[in-house]
Amino acid sequence: MTEGVETQAGAPLQWHRIRLIETPAARYVLMALAVIYLIWSVSALDLNWHRLSTGLPRAANMFARMIPPDFSRWHLLIKGVLESIEMAVAASFFGMILAVPLAICGASNLVPRPVYLFARALIVLSRTFHEIIIAILFVKIFGFGPLAGVLTLIVASTSFISKMVAEDIENMPPGQLEAIRATGAGFSKLLIYCITPQTLPRYLGVSIYRLDANLRHSTVVGIVGAGGIGETLAATFSRYDYDFSLAILLVIIALVFVGEFFSNWVRGHLR
Amino acid sequence: MTPQQHADEHPEIWRRFSPRQTLIRYIWLLVIVAVVVWSVRHLDIPWFYFLDAHLQATDLAIRMWPPDWSFFSELARPLIETIHIATLGTVVTVVLAFPVAFLAARNTTFNPLTWFVGRFILVASRSVNTVVWGLLFVAIFGPGAMAGVWAIALRSIGFMGKLVAEAIEEIDVGAVEAIEATGANRLQVLMYGILPQVLPVIYGTTVYRWDINIRESTVLGFVGAGGIGILLYASINQFLWREVALILLAVFGVVIISEFVSAAVRKRIS
Amino acid sequence: MLELIELTKKYRTGTLAINGVTLTVDQPQVVAIIGPSGAGKSTLIRCINRLVEPSSGKVVLDGIDIVSLPRRELRKVRRRIGMIFQEYNLVDRLTVMENLLSGRLGYVGFWKAYRRKFPAEDVATAFRLLDRVGLAGYQDTRADELSGGQRQRVGIGRALMQQPDLLLVDEPTASLDPKTSRQIMRILVELAQESGTPTLVNIHDVGLAQAFADRIVGLRNGEIVFDGTADQVTADVLTEIYGEEDWSTTIRRAGDKDDQSISDKKKNLGKEAAAG
Repeated sequence: MTEGVETQAGAPLQWHRIRLIETPAARYVLMALAVIYLIWSVSALDLNWHRLSTGLPRAANMFARMIPPDFSRWHLLIKGVLESIEMAVAASFFGMILAVPLAICGASNLVPRPVYLFARALIVLSRTFHEIIIAILFVKIFGFGPLAGVLTLIVASTSFISKMVAEDIENMPPGQLEAIRATGAGFSKLLIYCITPQTLPRYLGVSIYRLDANLRHSTVVGIVGAGGIGETLAATFSRYDYDFSLAILLVIIALVFVGEFFSNWVRGHLR
Repeated sequence: MTPQQHADEHPEIWRRFSPRQTLIRYIWLLVIVAVVVWSVRHLDIPWFYFLDAHLQATDLAIRMWPPDWSFFSELARPLIETIHIATLGTVVTVVLAFPVAFLAARNTTFNPLTWFVGRFILVASRSVNTVVWGLLFVAIFGPGAMAGVWAIALRSIGFMGKLVAEAIEEIDVGAVEAIEATGANRLQVLMYGILPQVLPVIYGTTVYRWDINIRESTVLGFVGAGGIGILLYASINQFLWREVALILLAVFGVVIISEFVSAAVRKRIS
Repeated sequence: MLELIELTKKYRTGTLAINGVTLTVDQPQVVAIIGPSGAGKSTLIRCINRLVEPSSGKVVLDGIDIVSLPRRELRKVRRRIGMIFQEYNLVDRLTVMENLLSGRLGYVGFWKAYRRKFPAEDVATAFRLLDRVGLAGYQDTRADELSGGQRQRVGIGRALMQQPDLLLVDEPTASLDPKTSRQIMRILVELAQESGTPTLVNIHDVGLAQAFADRIVGLRNGEIVFDGTADQVTADVLTEIYGEEDWSTTIRRAGDKDDQSISDKKKNLGKEAAAG
């Protein structure tokens, strides 16, 4: 290590600590507020050492029962995983298709104001509610089973993809739209000749990402009875069948890992 | 044939894609459609359910209207509990995620084994959904907010740890070397060389994750891990749709507000 | 023939961008519109094909008042008006050929356009224009791989693909270096003259305007303050348009325009294309 480096970079780091909030008074007030909030919330939630300490032996017991994972009911496992994958694939595909009109209507530079606001309201509404809330409503309408799960994931995929693509359309340089309009092309040709080529890579990339996300979410909508491996998992917990639980969890982890790898690989090839 | 020769010989023919490229595109399309068709068929969806779905949906909507405002007084506590779970879960995450990120970053880990352990924790944490973590912790701590806080924390470690580890891997090596050169020990290097550089990332992702956690903690109650979800689940199962409507409105409000707050704070930080 | 009658554009902010402009272009000539930034040059050009909606007045092209046309008819008229932009405005991710053929979008059906199946004569025209603007062999290059000068050549090609009855050109050289600017102006003017298309060019470079335009219109605060030939542009005229300044170095001497002989141009074009 040379002396130069020492004097060059060592000193400023000591003396120029960047503070998030520059005024000391405001900083201390905020810190005090944070501490008060912590005390309040911990007491409000009734979190105490007693609960934590009684939990620990139970956790130890649980892990003891989990190991070794039990793969003997592999046919159930495969059935559940396959159902999750199928749900993710179907939901991604229909989500992709439904997202196209919604993305167009959600781009402020393409459609009249009322249409834009309506589309954006739909997107916000479906993004706000957690998948499981949507899933349970669908279960009430369509009954138990993968249909409710697929519909849930379709709603989530559509709003996600359309939000991303709408933003991409809004970020397009206005000149390109202007130029194509100036040739006398109508809206439909503007779509296929200008907006499609410019936003297609983003659309495909987001859709593939969504396939990966759907795979992750398809493992959980089953908890409220909407199909997939989550249903099997929830059942093992209610039966204290922990060695099978661990087997399922390991498979989910592997599945998500593979899904993410696949998604990254495909997106790497899309330019 | 070069493009120039093509233009000279066939000035009236032009194709966007060569026949080979077209073929490949169609094959891809075919493969995708085949996979989708197989998935949908294998799911064995009872299509006749769709016949009266719109009736069911309107029926549900009618039964939800108007929201049961008298129920509002009972919502306050669970709503606050939901926010507490998300916030405390995020606080626990920050404490736990930093050491894991430190292990999972190539330039700060001790050896390949610790790196692998760090990476595995991150992947496992992210692969298991918050609600599944909830199931696990309800089995350990019994129903209640304690399970919820841990579920939020365990899921968020992977998210924050991954981003912080990436930030650590991208830090300016010069500053770290400078601190090492002063004869500082490992902890001092960490505190003075690395922490200041990744602090902005930690702040940003914390606020961002908090806002996601608010949304997640609204459903933890479905598995008994506390918050507004317990009330929602109970109301749905008792078919008290007007209560459900009010809860959904409240959830919508809280999530939107938290998103707004998170965006505002992140804007100030950066 | 193009006639602008009392054309006015007032933006919602209250700015009066152009104020009662009356202008007639009744022969195939290159008309340069000069004036300081904010004089309303760009708005004026965009009001003609209604990329900007005029507030009042008329734009009459061969007897049709464009301002009063319904949307559908407007698209038909826009097919006859080619436009070239300062920022080229090519669709970046499409190839040069696709960009050229976009000039024919108003004439082909939806599926033909989607499958890029344009009539053979359009493709032939495109190849000919490609050669003419010095980009022969570039048909399958993507637009975002081209340099600024090359992009503007494609932009010119696209406008001419429309076989327009009027060319609108908005600051074609403002994003280019001086040498490329001259090359682009030369190609533009030659093609306009060959096809006998009346051309309106917004340009802030007085020297270029004098060198290449048959007629110069000076715009100031949204009103026409000068209309004459290049030779008539004197220091007084420029003061009238832009305000007080020493104009002696800006104004070109008469005869400067001939410093490039027409016969040399063709030869240069090929080289410039390769270089630019």
